[in-house]
Amino acid sequence: MTTMPQIDLAGAGVQPATAVAKPKVVARDVNVHYGEKHALHNVSIDIPEQAVTAFIGPSGCGKSTFLRCINRMNDTIASCRVTGRIELDGEDIYDRSLDVVQLRARVGMVFQKPNPFPKSIYENVAYGPRIHGLAQSKAELDEIVERSLKRASLFEEVKDRLDAPGTGLSGGQQQRLCIARAIAVSPEVILMDEPCSALDPIATARIEELIDELRENYTIVIVTHSMQQAARVSQRTAFFHLGKLVEQGPTEHIFTTPEDKRTQDYITGRFG
Amino acid sequence: MVAVFFLALVAIAVAAYLAGRLKGQRLVAAGARLHSLPTYHGLFLAVACVIPMLAVVVAWTPLAPRVVESRAIAALPADLQPKSELEHDARLREARLVAVGQYAGAPSPGLAAAGEAYRSARAAAEVLLLALGIAAAAGGFVWGSRQLAPDFRARNRFERVTKVALIACSAVAVLTTVGIVFSVLFETLRFFGRYPWHDFLFGLQWSPQIAIRADQVGQSGAFGAVPLFVGTTLVMLIAILVAGPVGLFAAIYMSEYATPKFRAVAKPVLEVLAGIPTVVFGFFAALTVAPFIKSTGEALGLSVASESALAAGLVMGVMIIPFVSSLSDDVINAVPQSLRDGSYGMGATRSETIKKVVLPAALPGIVSALMLAVSRAVGETMIVVMAAGLAGNLTFNPLEAVTTVTVQIKTLLVGDQEFDSAKTLSAFALGFVLFFFTLLLNVVALRIVRKYREQYD
Ligand SMILES: Nc1ncnc2c1ncn2[C@@H]1O[C@H](COP(=O)(O)OP(=O)(O)O)[C@@H](O)[C@H]1O
Ligand SMILES: [Mg+2]
Repeated sequence: MTTMPQIDLAGAGVQPATAVAKPKVVARDVNVHYGEKHALHNVSIDIPEQAVTAFIGPSGCGKSTFLRCINRMNDTIASCRVTGRIELDGEDIYDRSLDVVQLRARVGMVFQKPNPFPKSIYENVAYGPRIHGLAQSKAELDEIVERSLKRASLFEEVKDRLDAPGTGLSGGQQQRLCIARAIAVSPEVILMDEPCSALDPIATARIEELIDELRENYTIVIVTHSMQQAARVSQRTAFFHLGKLVEQGPTEHIFTTPEDKRTQDYITGRFG
Repeated sequence: MVAVFFLALVAIAVAAYLAGRLKGQRLVAAGARLHSLPTYHGLFLAVACVIPMLAVVVAWTPLAPRVVESRAIAALPADLQPKSELEHDARLREARLVAVGQYAGAPSPGLAAAGEAYRSARAAAEVLLLALGIAAAAGGFVWGSRQLAPDFRARNRFERVTKVALIACSAVAVLTTVGIVFSVLFETLRFFGRYPWHDFLFGLQWSPQIAIRADQVGQSGAFGAVPLFVGTTLVMLIAILVAGPVGLFAAIYMSEYATPKFRAVAKPVLEVLAGIPTVVFGFFAALTVAPFIKSTGEALGLSVASESALAAGLVMGVMIIPFVSSLSDDVINAVPQSLRDGSYGMGATRSETIKKVVLPAALPGIVSALMLAVSRAVGETMIVVMAAGLAGNLTFNPLEAVTTVTVQIKTLLVGDQEFDSAKTLSAFALGFVLFFFTLLLNVVALRIVRKYREQYD
């Protein structure tokens, strides 16, 4: 992992046109290579606190790649090389002194396909608190599990069968379980990579509702291939194309008066 | 002669195939739309010739020798005609020897006549077989080529024949197993007719030498198999204590930590271990490991037998490492990457992820890998024959010589044996117990694997 030399964030040059007031995550000139392949070119973006930011764009344009930079999940891919600077609350997350385990406790992730562990519902949610030692007693752990399931609006459906395997739930319930699992370690940011792409419309609607509720307490970044979804749940939208961040801004702005030709073409359905 | 017959068979099959295909191609050339490709017409015709020809062989095999034999007996002069079954067989044997020119000394004229009759009858039978076979093939050819027509479903017919052939092959495998099980079962029941089964299963003394004279000492003929079961269990436990952790940890390293390059080299190398003949492991155990254990043990002030359960178990453990590691590696790899990502995404380290997510998810598969390895270990003979000894000691001390079920089976059956003494029959009883145990292990292991598969599909 090489880190680019410090860039003056306040200075001119790469400062995004639409800077946000209270950025939680700040990325500057992020480049990602998978081996020889240059997957992401000079991405700079500010992600606001307690809001939903959506990444849209045709598939293969690097949305997931950038999302995975924010909690350093790309570290698990041997061929992947990230350069540039990403800050969480002003702290460089690629700094040598930063512990990736701590980072991922602060930046949780929900994946495209629901991936509950083959354990009980309770154990799924308790997984994070256990490895991070967040609960001193069984009662405390019970409380964390219950609170997380409630926040993920799953508790009512599963409260009588917390010992049942998480893999036995329906797809939508599994995805909410994964959200509960992420919430259980009280992250500040939650990254969601197409969290509804494997779900039916009703389950999707529930997750979207949930995302809207979670916005109050968390900073949420969601990758979606559905423009309607981006329009429904997000406050800010960033449009990626061929590894470049083409345009970003308030969601209604992007969807009504996009500036770039490529953004226009994409949201009017001309490609993608 | 058999060779000639089968050469004829192959030649006819090829000729029929070519003829059938040619006919199909002619039909196409004549503007017909065939239901099946010309190739299938050829294959159908070849099968139509081969099947009757093989049927002739099948019918002929039990019939022909009888005819030949009765000719030979009939050629004997009146004074040599056999009067009993035994004499009949003896005369035949002599006639056969005369026929092939291996009769010691000069045969009597009567016997020479019988030998000549035998020889000529057999030669005639062989020619007749060939003629009949070719006639049958010709019949099949005529019948088959009448069938060939544009709308003839040669493909379906041929595929039906193929299916029957496939069924026959699988039937061979299944029937062999069933046959073995039943023959072992019957011999076992015969043994239990002579020796009470509860004494066999629960008896504590194993000394299968049966007294030949009434006053012989130390030859009690006791078939209490518990010492063998204990010895087998002891060796097996040592083996699994070696192979379990080593194999599992190797698998974890291979699948979770090793770079793809290292894995590509190390995995096949580890699997070579599975290809080493067990007899090689056996003498390694007897000549290298056992003396080493003995001298080490003695240096520590322990008394160690020169053949010990420990030596056999250790080497057997090494032998089954590849089973454990290779199968475990497969099940660990089958754990979806998404589960690992989920765990890393929660901030778990690699070893936490392995301990808390990967291994629990792979556990059923790992258990069944261990069970398959155990059933290998239990059935293994060469290593224990060479390294564990023959003494039926009832002991749990790994430093002493023990004996195992397989070793005793081998010992009981090697050499000249009467096949209906209790001693020989006891080998079948041991074999049956062994078979039953490994079968049980395999069934349970396969069940677990299947259940585990369902979880992710
Ligand atoms: N693990 C990987 N190894 C190599 N190339 C990858 C890997 N993951 C993604 N890529 C490549 O990076 C580009 C961006 O992929 P991704 O971020 O998954 O796109 P998106 O999520 O927008 O569909 C694609 O061209 C893809 O082929
Ligand atoms: Mg993606």
